[in-house]
Amino acid sequence: MGLSNKIENTKSYAGLMSLRWWLLAIAGAWALDYVLPSMLSPYIFQILVLAGINVILSVSLNLVNGFTGQFSMGHAGFMAVGGYLSAFLTTSLVEHRPDLMIDPATGELLGTAVIFYFGSLILGGVAATLVGYIVGLPSLRLRGDYLAIVTLGFGEIIRVILLNTDAVGGARGLSGIKQFTNFGWVFTFVVITVFCVWRVVHSAHGRVLQSIREDEIAATAMGVNTTQGKVRAFAMGAFFAGVAGGLFAHYLTTLNPGTFDFNRSFEVIIMVVLGGMGSISGSVVAAIVLTVLKEALRPLQQYTGVDLRMVIYALVLIIMMLARPKGIFGTKEIGDLFRGRKKVKGDLT
Amino acid sequence: MAEFIQYLINGLSQGGTYALIALGYTMVFGILQLINFAHGEVYMLGAFTGLYTSKFAGAQISELFNRLLNGAPDQTSTLTAILTSIVIVLIAMVVCALVGLCVERLAYRPLRSSPRINLLITAVGVSLFFQYSGQIVFGSDPKAYPDLFENLESWTFGTDENLLVINPLQVFVFVTAIVLMLILRHIIFHTRLGRAMRAVSFNHDLASLMGIPTDRVIAATFMLGSALAGAAGVMVGMTYPKVEPLMGSLPGLKAFCAAVLGGIGNVTGAVLGSFILGLAEALLSGYGTPTYKDALAFAILILILLVKPSGLLGVHRTEKV
Repeated sequence: MGLSNKIENTKSYAGLMSLRWWLLAIAGAWALDYVLPSMLSPYIFQILVLAGINVILSVSLNLVNGFTGQFSMGHAGFMAVGGYLSAFLTTSLVEHRPDLMIDPATGELLGTAVIFYFGSLILGGVAATLVGYIVGLPSLRLRGDYLAIVTLGFGEIIRVILLNTDAVGGARGLSGIKQFTNFGWVFTFVVITVFCVWRVVHSAHGRVLQSIREDEIAATAMGVNTTQGKVRAFAMGAFFAGVAGGLFAHYLTTLNPGTFDFNRSFEVIIMVVLGGMGSISGSVVAAIVLTVLKEALRPLQQYTGVDLRMVIYALVLIIMMLARPKGIFGTKEIGDLFRGRKKVKGDLT
Repeated sequence: MAEFIQYLINGLSQGGTYALIALGYTMVFGILQLINFAHGEVYMLGAFTGLYTSKFAGAQISELFNRLLNGAPDQTSTLTAILTSIVIVLIAMVVCALVGLCVERLAYRPLRSSPRINLLITAVGVSLFFQYSGQIVFGSDPKAYPDLFENLESWTFGTDENLLVINPLQVFVFVTAIVLMLILRHIIFHTRLGRAMRAVSFNHDLASLMGIPTDRVIAATFMLGSALAGAAGVMVGMTYPKVEPLMGSLPGLKAFCAAVLGGIGNVTGAVLGSFILGLAEALLSGYGTPTYKDALAFAILILILLVKPSGLLGVHRTEKV
């Protein structure tokens, strides 16, 4: 029943499926990128950029944790792969081929340098995908929750490797990264991520993923290749996490192995769980709200001197599971709330 | 050669603590198919219970034993130091068993019939709750453990270049771990409770139909596992005299890897996997690169999931509808 409900949704969002709207949104973002800085303080602008990166992370994790029903805890690890690789690529380009990146006359970045930046983001994403494939395959072949522990361990492996790799600075970290990332880039990738995840979820592939979530044994019996479905979802999630890592690296301009620690993974997890496992708009809203909340809670943290935020998050997570296990929006999208859709009886989800 | 034996001893001692943690993981997984992420934090709480017990009551307990056995309150011997440690370990075990009971009762039992992913998210939430409220309650800086064995000399063997040092503490940790495992083995295989636990782990619904109070058996499993983790916490606190609220997460995850290596759900396998992991880590940091030590357990985990997902001693079970 839950699945048939989903198929109906596909029709009702036909307008949103057309590429035109998405391209328009990207164009609007670039326009805003020129207008906004003069209107908003840099602090608020920074929150906007971070919120965008969090939206990419939570929507891509929702594909794995929400729609496929697997539990990945290594999103920060994939961010680290993508972030470090793309930052390493652009910094070594600046170092070894400055003629491609920097205008010798002014010492500023060339306009064409963004091509290499874009390329490095995509390469970072591809590297994260490959790593995700290698990490995901052994645990996704199995039933059970091995993925959770493997992805947690993967974060640790990445940290140890980064600490011991001198090319990316080891424990000192990587610094001197050019700040390419701006609101326009972040928003472009937000739109691309939401578009891709939306299209995948509302396609035949998406129904395969949801069938795995609902009942893996039944899905296998219906001829679904569950391992393939899970690995594909996981690799796609890893790709966008890698891209988000690249965006983040080119915004922060310095990286160290502690930048992508488990707390980052956990923040993304709580966004997905809170927003609703299986609701894209829920993830978007939760990512924005939690990014703003993090800044809003900062005075409280300075006042009390302890990091209450994580305690609150942990409690919210437990209470959420006890009281409303599907998250605030459940598997519904925001649009459904205004549609007054009749609830299907005996909904399996 | 002496160097090699030294690594072996370190590895066995480390493996013993992994085994105590891994047993709790494997028992809970066997009975609920749940990765109890909060288990590492129970171990941390055990270490802190031990710390505060020995800080506030350690001197009194030690004096009591000294008076009883040696005649004078300030005369410490190996025996009284060991007895004091055992009392502290027992107190930590009781406290941790109660913590395990509360966690099961408040967080896991209400979710018994919900999808497994919800249970897993709750487990992660409980784990983080303990980590961060621990930082608030205990402070996030590492705390030093009082050294109960301070007056005791290490046993040394061999000459200068072939020196072998055995700390009585390491022997104590290893022997206590082995004794606790034997007790657990006895409980699981030779008591009514153990039989009930095996029955519930074999088939929860069927066991319930046969009149086994499954909820109570599951609670008992949590208590047993948590008590062992608490003992491990105290002993690690004594050996590496520093405890901090985040100390539980990494050893907890490693112990889970060890449990999977041995065959998750299998008690003997958990012990075997833990000793293999402890020895491998000791040898890697001795002969190879110590910086990669923390990644070893996870590399082993990925490898074993690729090659033999049921673990070394595990039996492959087919899933039925």
